[in-house]
Amino acid sequence: MQLLVPVTDAATVDDEFEIDGLVVDDRYLTYDMNEWDEYAVEAAVRIAEAGEGVEVVTVTVGPERVEETVRQALAKGADRAVRVWDDDLAARDLLDARAKAALVEAVAREVDPDLVLTGVQSGDAGFAATGVTLAERLGYEWAAVVNQLDLGREAERSDVSERASGEAASTDADVAHVHRELEGGVEELTEVELPAVLTVQTGINEPRYASLRGIRQAQNKPLDVRTPADLGVERNDLETPLAWTATREPESESEATVFEGDADETAGQLAGVLRERGVGQ
Amino acid sequence: MILAVAEHRRGELRDVSLELLAAGRGVADALGTELHVAVVSGDVERYAGELNREGVDAVHTVAHGEEFNHDVYVQALAALAGDLDPGVLLVPHTVNGLDYAPALSSRVDYPLVTDAVDLRVDDGTLAVDREMYGSKVETTIELPADRALVTVRPAEWSTAEGAGDAAVEAFDAPIDESAVRSRVTGYEEVAGGDIDIGEADVLVSVGRGIGEEENLDIVHDLAEALDATVSASRPVVDNGWLPKNRQVGQSGKVVTPDVYIAIGISGAVQHVAGMKGADTVVAINNDPSAPIFDIADYGIVDDLFDVVPALTEQFR
Ligand SMILES: Cc1cc2nc3c(=O)[nH]c(=O)nc-3n(C[C@H](O)[C@H](O)[C@H](O)COP(=O)(O)OP(=O)(O)OC[C@H]3O[C@@H](n4cnc5c(N)ncnc54)[C@H](O)[C@@H]3O)c2cc1C
Ligand SMILES: Nc1ncnc2c1ncn2[C@@H]1O[C@H](COP(=O)(O)O)[C@@H](O)[C@H]1O
Repeated sequence: MQLLVPVTDAATVDDEFEIDGLVVDDRYLTYDMNEWDEYAVEAAVRIAEAGEGVEVVTVTVGPERVEETVRQALAKGADRAVRVWDDDLAARDLLDARAKAALVEAVAREVDPDLVLTGVQSGDAGFAATGVTLAERLGYEWAAVVNQLDLGREAERSDVSERASGEAASTDADVAHVHRELEGGVEELTEVELPAVLTVQTGINEPRYASLRGIRQAQNKPLDVRTPADLGVERNDLETPLAWTATREPESESEATVFEGDADETAGQLAGVLRERGVGQ
Repeated sequence: MILAVAEHRRGELRDVSLELLAAGRGVADALGTELHVAVVSGDVERYAGELNREGVDAVHTVAHGEEFNHDVYVQALAALAGDLDPGVLLVPHTVNGLDYAPALSSRVDYPLVTDAVDLRVDDGTLAVDREMYGSKVETTIELPADRALVTVRPAEWSTAEGAGDAAVEAFDAPIDESAVRSRVTGYEEVAGGDIDIGEADVLVSVGRGIGEEENLDIVHDLAEALDATVSASRPVVDNGWLPKNRQVGQSGKVVTPDVYIAIGISGAVQHVAGMKGADTVVAINNDPSAPIFDIADYGIVDDLFDVVPALTEQFR
């Protein structure tokens, strides 16, 4: 069984930051593995650990910087990685879901995965669109915002519910039994035929920390760097009519009374307000 | 024409559908064109009645199945879009919207922009405002208004009001059942259990800023001193530090306490969706640009590890 996990990093901005043209100045950005992708990697590694002959491949569209995140995924148990990049991609300001999905699709066609696990969204730009776009391009089935996953065979439908989430046993599975986390504490129970793309929600499992041994091993795992041209991706598949035209700090709508002083002073003022509202009486 | 797609679940039209009509009317006016709305599956006649608001020029119904199924939605809407040739398709940025909009975008080849918080039209160009970095930065993305699929953030537009007199037209979408390869088998209500945070008058709510599970003690101490209930943002629950029934937000509980004290919570849109109805919101966060301050009535910009114990002291 082949598993493909599209992995990216996501930036958080410092408390104080400056915008330079369309982007936040790099000095104020800190990159880490995208939170949602941590859960997707963990879900894939668990499936691999529970079965025989499962290969977990990660794919990343991004510059060299992102190899730190890719190595983390390898350290946590992915078997090998592919990173796609070239100067044309580096020169673009906007990588929309279609372009990213086109590049991931080209890698997927080589890996031929039974299951693709993406995150629900990237924590910084938050398009929340790459996974389902990819599914449609591949002609795979899909499910978005999955917070429970069991693989099974169509025929064994009845006894799957007894397995804990993510502990999929069979690697000859042909269906994924998933929960989709809807709004308001409601989950939708869905059966999805494989091959499929699932977008993974946080909380589906408890992502592991990489072990020292894992980190050492990751240094020797294959990380192939490919260009769109190598992968046979047509230029017009990457072109987009979307234009990123402006970036700004939103006007603060804050009408908050902000208490000033040290912690004892501010706590004292807040306590006064709370007492006026009958709190703690 | 603008085509907005309604959303319903388990027999109820969801509010976001009516918000989409307001957003869609604005764009339609700016372009001097019509606003149509589509509703797929379920009791489409009844939904059509509810969607028939002022400013709606036509309602298209596709009667096929009961509940949302993305394979059916993509097929039905691709066929309808092929028939109507809308300039802009509007879909809710909801969990179900995320489950079909990107596929529909690919299938009908309409470029996609997600999670719009504002829409403007200028000279045939649609300008979509959206946020990045957990609402700390706002961007504008432009694309031609004659071929665009945009998902619209819930609760950014008010709902369309007033009865309309649009024609309701049943659309006979050809659905290929063999291409429906996912089946919804049921629903489950989660987050029940010992406590209902929706009942609490005062909530002390803790976020990722607390850092580690051991640190939660200071939050429990404060809640005890205030005779309040402890709730949390999603990461605290994802980490297993508090049970799911304590989660406030889009996928947790919607709460409306008298006082909501947000401690180490940034104020992401999915969190705010669950608590913006609180009477008084207090935020304790060491990042002055955290979006939670936009909806707070009172704020302290400081380290929660100093402020929270000090506040507890005040009530001892
Ligand atoms: C489909 C979907 C559904 C979701 N549903 C929900 C939901 O129901 N509920 C929910 O909450 N989220 C939900 N989320 C997640 C949401 O997008 C955010 O990731 C989440 O709300 C962030 O939680 P947080 O504010 O605790 O963490 P962060 O965003 O990481 O914020 C932590 C804050 O703590 C502050 N801080 C750090 N250290 C200190 C300190 N020492 N003193 C003071 N302040 C400090 C930081 O400045 C920061 O503002 C959902 C996401 C998706 C995609
Ligand atoms: N540059 C990228 N390279 C590889 N995978 C990505 C990239 N960007 C997004 N993804 C995947 O798509 C998911 C959703 O991201 P997005 O659609 O950008 O919000 C992420 O969680 C990743 O799994």
